Amino acid sequence: MNAMVKPELICPAGTPAALRSAVDAGADAVYCGYQNATNARNFVGLNFTPEEMEKSIRYAHDGGTKVLITLNTFPPAGKVELWKEMVDLSARLGADACIVADIAVAAYIRDTYPDLRIHLSVQAAASSPEAIEYYVREFGVKRVVLPRIMTVSEIRGLLKEIPCEVETFIFGNHGLMVEGRCSLTNYVTGQSTNMDGACSPAACVKYERADDGSMSTILGDYMIDRFGPEETAGYPTICKGRYKCDARDGGYYAFEEPISLNASTMLPDLINAGVHAFKIEGRQRSRAYVKKVVAAFREAVDSIMAGQEPKLADLVALTEGQKQTEGALKTKKWR
Amino acid sequence: MNPSLTLGPNLFHWPAEQRIDFYSRIADESPVSTVYLGEVICSKRTPFFDDVHLPAVAERLERAGKTVVYSSFSEVVIKRERNILMEWSKQEGRDLEVNNTAALLHLKDRPHRIGGLLNVYNEDTMAYLAGQGTTHFSLLPELPRAAIARLGEKARELGVGVEVQVFGRASLALSARCYHARAHERTKDNCQFVCGDDPDGMTLMTMDEKPFLTINGIQTLSYGYLDLMADIDDMRAIGVTHFRVMPHTCDMIAVTRAFDDVLAGRIDVAEGEAKLRELGIEAPFVNGFYRGRAGHDWVPRVAEMA
Repeated sequence: MNAMVKPELICPAGTPAALRSAVDAGADAVYCGYQNATNARNFVGLNFTPEEMEKSIRYAHDGGTKVLITLNTFPPAGKVELWKEMVDLSARLGADACIVADIAVAAYIRDTYPDLRIHLSVQAAASSPEAIEYYVREFGVKRVVLPRIMTVSEIRGLLKEIPCEVETFIFGNHGLMVEGRCSLTNYVTGQSTNMDGACSPAACVKYERADDGSMSTILGDYMIDRFGPEETAGYPTICKGRYKCDARDGGYYAFEEPISLNASTMLPDLINAGVHAFKIEGRQRSRAYVKKVVAAFREAVDSIMAGQEPKLADLVALTEGQKQTEGALKTKKWR
Repeated sequence: MNPSLTLGPNLFHWPAEQRIDFYSRIADESPVSTVYLGEVICSKRTPFFDDVHLPAVAERLERAGKTVVYSSFSEVVIKRERNILMEWSKQEGRDLEVNNTAALLHLKDRPHRIGGLLNVYNEDTMAYLAGQGTTHFSLLPELPRAAIARLGEKARELGVGVEVQVFGRASLALSARCYHARAHERTKDNCQFVCGDDPDGMTLMTMDEKPFLTINGIQTLSYGYLDLMADIDDMRAIGVTHFRVMPHTCDMIAVTRAFDDVLAGRIDVAEGEAKLRELGIEAPFVNGFYRGRAGHDWVPRVAEMA
């Protein structure tokens, strides 16, 4: 067996405060975006102004942490300029890489800043060696963030076939649609996940309590879940709601339950497979959450590399009573 | 036969006999000029039709004067999907419509088309791909008019075709998981092809019984049917060269004739739309995406002008 590569821990930073927490807790890299449609978490109250980004990059670099900037949405025709400006800004501020999904954005970086690393976003949905090779050949992509649909054994096989690094999600939200290929939010609200960075935008969400104590969550004109008086209503995304169909009696989670990805038990297998970087999801989460999750995974990765048992109990507590899954990593029965 | 009217790939899992009959009727009676054939959604379905009947059906359509384009998988993960896609990418003499970037690896500098499930959102991406051999772009359903106009302008400059879906359920999302199998408490591996029970897809309703989305294996579609008939003249003016109708179980001869009649100016839009509304389609018609609104909206053209 080859010597184990120590994977980088890639941590979410929705705000400058979260970024500092992640850096202090031992992140190898943080990922973050600007306050506009160029990043896929374009939510109110999140993300960085250019000034904040500049200071944050300095803070991260002083702490030995890299900064990866998410430019991972798809500019609609007529608006590509904004994405290019954000690339220019990122290059000027000394970002360590840009995470991109769109061909035009990747081509612009390759042509304008050949030394700026391109990471292929999960939004590009490159799920085969051929797709990944295409992006490597065309744009010199250095790393691909894999869609959350592959088993560890598939990832191991993929790594042998592709000429770039691989990053996998290990913790956080567990989306079921192929990222970058979902316009459910746009169908309901008129705001697009790919073009605007919106997913169930809060301004379109309503909660309605009925006389029987049940609570409905409504997105636009559609009830996307209904909770009994005893249940807690989660944040309503279309792909985590309950619906009805002829094949079922009563409501069911047609796409996925409100469940969190927690691949902590799979870390040794993933390291063994040769994965170069582990990604923690959660740019919308608080700095306290980021601090705890990053610290716990820092300890886990370091322990595994040192040949010791990682302590993972802390991570179970972090999922806040939510159900957990290893997602697709363990078995393809998930499909 | 109208050169700008096309029939998109059949997204659903119909029995082979039904498909053969369907395409025979299209060959004999439909005014579409181009027919896209080939399984786009699920590689497990290909042994039923594609692997056995595709060449004969393609030949039948070609004898009737139609251009036949093979349309390829949207999700490419497992070895079998990769192998089939590579084989298709290498075939000579017929355009391949690409719905996954994996195909592009082997198509550099060879003419091909981009399908409506591959992300081309802007003029720079369009130009990049055209520079490598893309001759024709079928656009994503969620693109608003403003973006289509820019793409149309760029396409004219590049000399490539631009196609927009004007009829049928709109593809909204893809997954690795089969939601048809899930609805029947199965997994993709033991699905027993339950998607075949729903030839226009399986309706998903909200908890308060409102029809919402349509499930087709790994694909989620709109419940509403796109109808952009009223926008055809406008689209022509902004550079759209081809208009795509998607196969459904309603009378597709009537659908394609209605669009053909409107395209040729033999009937006006009001008459054409009335014909679509006589087809017995339960679901509402929608046009919100094109109007820059929520996709499920229906925005009457008159109201928009007012």
